[in-house]
Amino acid sequence: MLAYAAKRLVVALLVALTVSIISFALLHLSGDLAQSMAGPSATAADVEHVRKAYGLDRPLLLQYLDWIGKALRGNLGESFFLKVPVAELIADRLPITLTLGVCALLFALTLSLPLGVLAAVRPNSWLDRLALGLSVLGQALPSFWFALILIIVFGLKLRWLPVSGDATWAHFVLPAVALGYYATPAFMRLTRAGMLEVLASDYIRTARAKGLRAPTVLFKHALRNAVIPVVAVAAVQFGFMLGGSIVIESVFSLHGVGYLGWEAISRSDFPVVQAIVLILACIYVVLTLMADMLNAVLDPRIRVR
Amino acid sequence: MSRTFVTACIAAALSAMLVSGPAGAGKKDDTLSIAWDQPLDIADAYFNTSREGILAARMIWDQLIERDPDTFEYRPGLATAWRWIDELTLEFDLRQGVTFHNGQPFDADDVVYTFNFVVDPANKVLNMNNVGWMKSTEKTGPYQVRIHLKAPFPAALEYVAGPMPIYPHKYYSEAGPHGMARKPIGTGPYMVESLEPGKLIVFVRNPHPWEGSPKGRPGIGKVVQRFVPEKTTQIAMLLSGDLDLMWYVPTDQVDGIAKVPGLTVSAGETMRVGYIYFDAAGRSGDSPLKDARVRRAIAYAINRAEFTRSFFGKEARVLAAPCFPTQFGCFQGAAKYDFDLTKAKALMAEAGYANGFDTELYAFRERKWVDALAGYMRAIGVRAKINPLQYPAFRDKNHAGVTPISFGDWGSYSINDASALLGNFFRGSADDFTGDKELQELVQEGDTSADKDKRTAAYQKAITRIMDQMYMLPTNSYSIYYAYKSDLDFRPFKDEIPRYYLYRWK
Repeated sequence: MLAYAAKRLVVALLVALTVSIISFALLHLSGDLAQSMAGPSATAADVEHVRKAYGLDRPLLLQYLDWIGKALRGNLGESFFLKVPVAELIADRLPITLTLGVCALLFALTLSLPLGVLAAVRPNSWLDRLALGLSVLGQALPSFWFALILIIVFGLKLRWLPVSGDATWAHFVLPAVALGYYATPAFMRLTRAGMLEVLASDYIRTARAKGLRAPTVLFKHALRNAVIPVVAVAAVQFGFMLGGSIVIESVFSLHGVGYLGWEAISRSDFPVVQAIVLILACIYVVLTLMADMLNAVLDPRIRVR
Repeated sequence: MSRTFVTACIAAALSAMLVSGPAGAGKKDDTLSIAWDQPLDIADAYFNTSREGILAARMIWDQLIERDPDTFEYRPGLATAWRWIDELTLEFDLRQGVTFHNGQPFDADDVVYTFNFVVDPANKVLNMNNVGWMKSTEKTGPYQVRIHLKAPFPAALEYVAGPMPIYPHKYYSEAGPHGMARKPIGTGPYMVESLEPGKLIVFVRNPHPWEGSPKGRPGIGKVVQRFVPEKTTQIAMLLSGDLDLMWYVPTDQVDGIAKVPGLTVSAGETMRVGYIYFDAAGRSGDSPLKDARVRRAIAYAINRAEFTRSFFGKEARVLAAPCFPTQFGCFQGAAKYDFDLTKAKALMAEAGYANGFDTELYAFRERKWVDALAGYMRAIGVRAKINPLQYPAFRDKNHAGVTPISFGDWGSYSINDASALLGNFFRGSADDFTGDKELQELVQEGDTSADKDKRTAAYQKAITRIMDQMYMLPTNSYSIYYAYKSDLDFRPFKDEIPRYYLYRWK
C-alpha cells in the first residue's frame, strides 16, 4: 500500500512538473510580459528597457530553469506587477479559495446526499422526480447566472446576506451556494445509483430480516457502501472547485487564488501563474490520494487488494 | 456573450427593485466607499503603468505643479514658480514649509532624489515613457532645482504636472520601491491607512495639509477603494448600500439606476478618444485598405453621430481630429467625414471594390460597439470579421502589425497635449500603421520643437494629412457615467481622474 502510494506520488509530481512547463510555454506564447509591464503607451525602446531590466530577454529555458530552481528551494519569486513575493500573495489568497471550496463542498454534500438517499428509497416517486429535476437544473444553470439570481434575491431584495467581499462567514454563503450547487447533481446521482444497488443486495435483505430498524439499515449499512464513489468524486470536485472558482470569485468579488490566477494569466505575470498552477496541481494530487485512502478506510476490500 | 447576458439580467432585476432605495450611509461615518474594476497593483506611481496608479498617486502625492482640472492651466504645487532657462533646462522654485506624511520636511533633495532615481535604468522604473525625457535633475539651492532634458520636449510641463509625484528622499532611499509600495508616504491630501495590493486601499485625510495646496483640504475623511471586477456586482453593491460611488456605469444600466431613490447618475466627457485605425501601410498584407479611397469610403459609411449618441450618451461628441479638442495642437479644421452612404459607395466603386471585400476588425472594447461599426462597414460591402480580444492581446496584435482594421481608444494618460496621442500612433512606432515618413517627420517636429507656433503648425499639417489620407478615423470622445448616492457632492473631470479630495457630503 505504501509503495503504491509512493509510486502514485512520484507520478503525480511529474504530472505537476509537466503542467508547469506547459503553462510556462503557453503563457509566453500568449503575450509579451515586457510590453504589459511597460504599459500601453510605452515605446519600443521602453519595452526593451523593461525586458532587459527584468531579465526577460534571456532564453525561455533559462528563465524557466531559474524559476524552478528557486521554487524547489522554496522561493516562488515575486509578482512582476504587484511587487509582492508570490508566496505571500498565495498565503493571503489561498485561505479564501479554500474556505469557499470547503463551504461549497459541504453545501453540495449536505444537499445531495439526503436527496440521493430519498430518491433511492422512493424510486420513480415524485420525490425522485424532484431530486432529478433539481439535479438537471444544477447542471443546466450557468454558475454566473445562478450567482446573480442569488445576489438579487438574497442580497438586494431580502437584504439577508452581503453580495461581495470576504470579511465574515456571511460573505461566503452565497458564493458557496452558487459554486456548490453545480457539483450537487453528480453527488446526488451517484448516491442514488449507489443506494439503489446496495439496497437490492443480499446483506441489506439480511439486515432487514434480522429486524434492524429502517434508519439503521439505511444509514449504517447501506449509505456507508453507497457513498464510496461519492468520496472519490468529492475529492475531484473539490479540486475543480479550487481551480474553477474564478467566475464565482469574480462575481462575488472574493480575492482568492482563482481570480489572482486569472489576473496573472491576462498579464502574463508568470511567477504568479506558475506558482498557482504548481500549488493547485499539488493540492489536486493530495486530494486524489486522500480520496483513495478514505475509500480504503470505508471499504476494507480495497485495502486487501 | 456572458457579459451582455448578465447586464440584461441586471437590467431586468433593476426594474423590479426601483421601489427600494440603497441602504447604509457613507455620510454618517464620513467614509466614501468606491469600487474600481481594475486593481491597484502597486502604489509606487513610477512602477505602475495603469490608470489606477495615476489616480491613486494624485491622492497620496503632489507634483511640482498642478494642472487645474477645469481650465487645464498650471498652478503652483510643490513649486511656487517655474521657468524655461533654455529649451533643455527647466527651473523650479520650491515651496517652503511643506511636510510629508511622516513628518519629514520637503526640500530640493526630495525632488532631486526622486527624479534622478526614476531616470536611472538600474532602478528598473516601468514608466520610462513619462520620465524618459529627463537627463538629470540638479539642486541649485535648498529650495530650487533644475531639470536637464535629453532633447527639446515642449510637453514636459504636462508630465511634471501629471504622473511625476515627489517622494521623500530619506524614506524612499531607505524603503525603496518595495517599501513605498507597501506604505506610501507623500505630501498629498490623503494618507494611506491600509493597502492590500490588488484588493483594497484605504485613504484617510492628511491631518496636516500644507498651506496653499491647490488640492485643498479633503471634504471627506476616509475613502475605501475596493477592487470589484464585475460591473454587475458593483451595481448590486450600490443598490444594497455597500457602495457610495461607481463609475463606467454601462450605458444600458443608466436609466434603471437613475430611477432608484437616493441615487444619482451623471455623465462627464473625458479626454479618451475612440478611433478606427486602418492598415494603410499594408503591414498585415496587401489589402484594399492601402487605397485611400477605400479608407475614406469607410469613414463616410460610419454614422458617427448615431454611434456616439447610441452608445456614449449626450456628453460625448463626434471628433474632428484624432486627439481631444483641449489638447495642445489638436487642429480642428481638417477634412470632415459626415455620414454619406452614397459618397461612400461611389468611392468604393471608384477604387474598384463595388462588390466589397473581406477583412478583419480587431477590437477590445464592448462587442456591441464593434458590431455596430462592422454593420456600418457592411453597408458598403466591407465584410469585416470581428476579432474581439482582451487589451493585452489587442495591443500585441497591433504591434505585430497583423490588424487590417482596429477599433480602440486612447486616454493620452490625461496629458493635455496632442503629442500624447499623435506621438504614439504616427511617429514610426510599432503602433504606426501609416508608413508615412512625411507624417512622421511632422509629428516629430510637433513633439519636439520648443517653439509653440512651430509645434502648432506642424500638428496642423500632420492632422490635415491624417484626415485627408484617412489613416485614422476618430469616432468620438468618451463619456463616463457615474452613479452615486445623492448626498454626495460629486463632479466629473475631463482628464478621467477622479479627485476624492474635491468631493463633499451635501
